[in-house]
Amino acid sequence: MEKTSHLKLLTGNEAIARGAYEAGVRIATAYPGTPSTEILENVSLYKEIYSQWSINEKVALETASGASIAGARTLVAMKHVGLNVAADPFMTLAYTGINGGMVIVSADDPGMYSSQNEQDNRYYSRFSKVPMLEPSDSQEAKDFVIKAFDISERFDTPVLLRTTTRISHSRSAVSPGKRAEHTIKEYEKNCQKYVMIPAFGRIRHKALLKRWEELIKFAGQSDLNYLYTPETGKNKTCSIGIITSGINFQYAMEIFSDTPVLKLGITNPLSYKTIKDFADGKKLLIVIEELEPFLQEQIQQMDLGVKILGKEYFPRYGELSLKILDDFHGQLFGTDLISRSYSKEFNAGADADKSTSDNQKKKKSPADGIPTRPPVLCAGCPHRPVFYILKKLRLKVMGDIGCYTLSVLPPLSSLDSCLCMGAGIGQALGMEKADPKVKGKIVSVIGDSTFFHSGVTPLIDSVYNKGSGVIIILDNRITAMTGHQVHPGVGKTLMGEDTTEVKAEEIARGAGVKNIKVVDPYDIKLFKKVIREQLKKDQLSVIVARRKCVLLEKGKARVTVYIDEKKCEKCGICLKFGCPAIEYKDDRYSVNPLMCTGCEVCMDICKKNAIKIK
Amino acid sequence: MKNDNNVNSFKKIKPEGIKQEKYLEKWRKLLDSGGTMSILFSGVGGQGIILTTTVLAEAALLDGLDVKVSEVHGMAQRGGSVVGSVRMGRKVYSPILDSADFIVSLEKLEAVRYIDKLDPEGFIIVNDFEVYPVSMYLDGIKYPENITSKLAGYTPNYMIIKATEIAKSLNEIRVSNTVLLGSLSNFIPIKKESWMKSIKDNVPKRAVEVNLKAFSEGKKIIS
Repeated sequence: MEKTSHLKLLTGNEAIARGAYEAGVRIATAYPGTPSTEILENVSLYKEIYSQWSINEKVALETASGASIAGARTLVAMKHVGLNVAADPFMTLAYTGINGGMVIVSADDPGMYSSQNEQDNRYYSRFSKVPMLEPSDSQEAKDFVIKAFDISERFDTPVLLRTTTRISHSRSAVSPGKRAEHTIKEYEKNCQKYVMIPAFGRIRHKALLKRWEELIKFAGQSDLNYLYTPETGKNKTCSIGIITSGINFQYAMEIFSDTPVLKLGITNPLSYKTIKDFADGKKLLIVIEELEPFLQEQIQQMDLGVKILGKEYFPRYGELSLKILDDFHGQLFGTDLISRSYSKEFNAGADADKSTSDNQKKKKSPADGIPTRPPVLCAGCPHRPVFYILKKLRLKVMGDIGCYTLSVLPPLSSLDSCLCMGAGIGQALGMEKADPKVKGKIVSVIGDSTFFHSGVTPLIDSVYNKGSGVIIILDNRITAMTGHQVHPGVGKTLMGEDTTEVKAEEIARGAGVKNIKVVDPYDIKLFKKVIREQLKKDQLSVIVARRKCVLLEKGKARVTVYIDEKKCEKCGICLKFGCPAIEYKDDRYSVNPLMCTGCEVCMDICKKNAIKIK
Repeated sequence: MKNDNNVNSFKKIKPEGIKQEKYLEKWRKLLDSGGTMSILFSGVGGQGIILTTTVLAEAALLDGLDVKVSEVHGMAQRGGSVVGSVRMGRKVYSPILDSADFIVSLEKLEAVRYIDKLDPEGFIIVNDFEVYPVSMYLDGIKYPENITSKLAGYTPNYMIIKATEIAKSLNEIRVSNTVLLGSLSNFIPIKKESWMKSIKDNVPKRAVEVNLKAFSEGKKIIS
């Protein structure tokens, strides 16, 4: 077997970071977002690269644009919906092009493991005419970053590297290489290229269209698109061809191991020539892609005189899987599309497999009816007391994106909305304007990192447009959900330096908010009192609920609590708090000492004083 | 979090007649013939699934196998049900498995939840450890009492071991997963040196000793 000692098992994200290092990247920016977060976390381990968490994806891209103009190779990373935030600079960057090479990573999330939608960002590359590469494993993730920089500088364009969760968060072997130093390219003032007034924009649009033609030619010759021909023997399926990219390539290779596969590394632009050459002599092309028929529709438009299948069989939502492809394989080879002898031979095996799996299915699954285990706020989470009170007061709660979005689930069941980063504040204003009756009964909640990301502008808007609601900033001193990244409120940079600590309450004060309170959410009685007072005010209020994320306090000495069974009247109110440390079994309530963090909030919730410090 | 009261401390529950040699032989043949072996880990967010999958995956890589690992990050990690998988072979394509040759569950309910993924000839190792999901109290659904019989009703190829008890006896509850890996190592053809090196490379420095100890305790369970 091949010697593997030099290989490293990297996630796609780690491999992208490694690619950035080897490509000689000097500047890297991002805002954290699953599944993209670990890219910058890993880039920051290379001291040769200046890296930063930007306040949001738009600023990340703009900063990268400046670094590129200054002549440095620059990488920007974001999750799919992050590119919505950055779409404004992105669309016009396609016009201006670059100086130092620029690669933008869009990490999509089919199946929505940690996202509010599963939009297919491949359309951004069509929309903008920015070329796009899609790696299918970690080695390619690294290699494609390097190739993307070459394309970027050769064609004077930013390049999109699109991954999906399965690429970002799967580990596979990577062979690390050396860093290629790229000196800073000299900046020359060039208004026609970088100042997009309409007169210059018109010139650049034509330049973009010309570049597009060149990129199509390039895609037709590039080895990033690759043809896999089955090795031996029963090549009867060669009247069928598969076109695929990204993670779907791996599924296809496993299920359709004896079918020719055209693997597209460049999925924008598509080369008519490459696909025509592949289609020649075939009767059927199968396009295997997740989400939208992005490739399929373009290939159908090429009018190749071949039958093209894809979304007729594969869902437009969620992820594909070996199972989905296997089912399709079974359906396909039951048809007359290929020779019957092969069909029989294959189906013999498939039927055998099927009958065993059917037998299994006939058994009642042991998993039927067992309790579900959705994600929950942690024991000791400082968000929990806030939502407990908001629910008790029966308020309308316009929410936002972060750990606290989990408060939508029972027993807290507090949220009325969660649309996108920063949306809750504007939504609360809109509710109030539309229905005066909600006045005094509506709040918006937003995390600290989310507030800096996109809550500041709607805050100012609410002041300006005379909003009278309460904005609660859930300040847990970190970007928690994505795994604890620092932000402007923390006073630390990604590279570990001290910096100015931006305070949310000072921003609110500067914007003209008169009613500002900073409260420790563990003091649940005080929090309840403050919120009641603020709801009565005629003008906008801001409450900063400030307490460090409990996971950052791990390792600290803690006192745990217990339930005194003599005092416990088994009313069950403590379970409504939703703390995973509070357990109920065999008609007994107890606190799990392994999970309890000693926040002591439940002591205030128990009306019988049955919860005590150990 | 309680332990199954039906079993004596440190003992495993296993149906009679399990021969790990049979499995070793089976999977050695499978790997030699170019097949892919798939191992699923299931547990509760925060139990350390990512580290556990990494230790197995790097051990396999050190043994000269191609390896792919799938992990879960982000929202699902917050105390939710989580899975990770490792696939190994001469050449591995998909990082996601369709059916598992082996399941290692760090928690009992999470063993039942994913048992459907077990290949008819596969084997499951379960940590005798319970974490109650908050949803139980809301839906009024009880934590199943009869997990052993649920598993036994599905497959004879299972083993429930007191990994957390063993970890506690080593004064480090966090090495429960390494105990399970030690037990797993009896079934799959990866060299002992590769396991050792992978543990050393992946666990925090100060915890290397206790993890190696946990691994060898786990290995003892069946051999």
